Amino acid sequence: MRHSLQFLLLGLLALLLGACAGTQVRGTGDLGLVIERASGHVTLVNTSAREAYARIGGLGDLSHASVVYSRDARYAYVFGRDGGLTKLDLLEARIVKRVMQSGNAIGGSISQDGRIVVAQNYTPGGIKAFDADTLELLSEVPAEYAPGQFSKVVGLADVPGGKFAYALFDGGEIWVSDFSDPKKPVTQRFPAGQQPYDGLVTPNGRHYLAGLFGEDGIVLLDLWQPEQGARKILEKYGRGEEKLPVFKMPHLRGWSVAAGRAWLPAIGRHEVLVADATTWKETGRVPVKGQPVFVMASPDGRQIWVNFAFPDNGWVQVIDTLSGRVVQTLQPGKAVLHMEFTPRGEAVWISARDDNRVLIYDTRTFRQLGSLPAEAPSGIFFTSRAARIGF
Amino acid sequence: MSTRRRPFAVALTLLLAGSAAVAMAEPTPARQKELIHLVRQDCGSCHGMTLQGGLGPALLPATLAEKPAEGLVATIIGGRPGTAMPPWHRFLAEDEAQWIVAKLMTGFPQ
Repeated sequence: MRHSLQFLLLGLLALLLGACAGTQVRGTGDLGLVIERASGHVTLVNTSAREAYARIGGLGDLSHASVVYSRDARYAYVFGRDGGLTKLDLLEARIVKRVMQSGNAIGGSISQDGRIVVAQNYTPGGIKAFDADTLELLSEVPAEYAPGQFSKVVGLADVPGGKFAYALFDGGEIWVSDFSDPKKPVTQRFPAGQQPYDGLVTPNGRHYLAGLFGEDGIVLLDLWQPEQGARKILEKYGRGEEKLPVFKMPHLRGWSVAAGRAWLPAIGRHEVLVADATTWKETGRVPVKGQPVFVMASPDGRQIWVNFAFPDNGWVQVIDTLSGRVVQTLQPGKAVLHMEFTPRGEAVWISARDDNRVLIYDTRTFRQLGSLPAEAPSGIFFTSRAARIGF
Repeated sequence: MSTRRRPFAVALTLLLAGSAAVAMAEPTPARQKELIHLVRQDCGSCHGMTLQGGLGPALLPATLAEKPAEGLVATIIGGRPGTAMPPWHRFLAEDEAQWIVAKLMTGFPQ
């Protein structure tokens, strides 16, 4: 009841803002949005005021929704689970365009030049490229890894040179598609390993890493020297021990690199794996509370914030990258699904799905700075992603 | 006195027997609510909140129609080695998994 009243007030606020939109002049650098997965809504937020300023509905099935931003950081492209691709205007707080692009999607990415938005799909398996202005379909690359066999696509990331790298869960390969001619993509294939579940590109755009579910290890492709092929790192990190059950797949993105090292979730172990980001040799492990899902470095690389799969999803732990140890353990709320740092990292926003709240923490003192209501919040996406490779 | 009490006793026995039978067949309403939440939200992270599939297969009546219920219950309880499906026996009793499968096969509640 209290929530619905708050949502109603938000709605009214949005109307009011909408009415003023013509006269309002502002930048978008401190804006972002929160996915409300169960109801097909997004709440638009301001990270300076620590407030919601509008709420938009009608976005379909937003379980596992993800967002990329246009390079001017005004428009958000929301990829829904049901294959919906929605372009939102953060300033006018409205839907600009919406298309149904597949039956079952898992996310997307935007090209280096900002002209193409690419969606990655489970059904039919493959990727599709759209004009970022009009959302008109430009081309597609079906993930047909063997005649008649299509793979689910995971880990799509934009990489320099107008390319996109991604991994084939069923096909066990990394593919790199060059969209220099957006209507005629050219694809290179690299054998990767068993069941890559997600991927990331390092912040400099050089290395593409795919985490493997079907075996212990991470696959690394040097995009500056692709002719060398993909190779395994952190092999056999499980040391032959039996895996713990994984109740939710970890998620990888370029936030994993900090302080010269890569901080990666182990699969089936309650550990964060640490590798040197030059030699890619293991340098250590950090024991944590559960199966890590997001292992995210703060923008300055000093801290790594970790959340966990069911049933440990009420915890968040913070690793200090200097000592390589957990320095803080928090219980922000029930079913913590995602975290997002403000652009320069003085605060982190955390979604607690089953509490219907987004919590804001000070990253220096670990004090809670505030909170916002949101209905079953999942992903939180700030516009600072617009300028980052692989986001 | 005794003639007045007996019908009450009979009624009480029937009531208890009835509710026991219901409890065997399906979880309490409060537990059902928890199970629905678990399936939609946590199973949903792989199978989709609308159960139309994701990394895991769809769990809709049409996709499950050909599959034997016991096999589905065994998959939930024990997981499927070699796939991403973990065992849920720490969190679900067998009759709860049976209830979930029965609901999945006929259309899962919201």
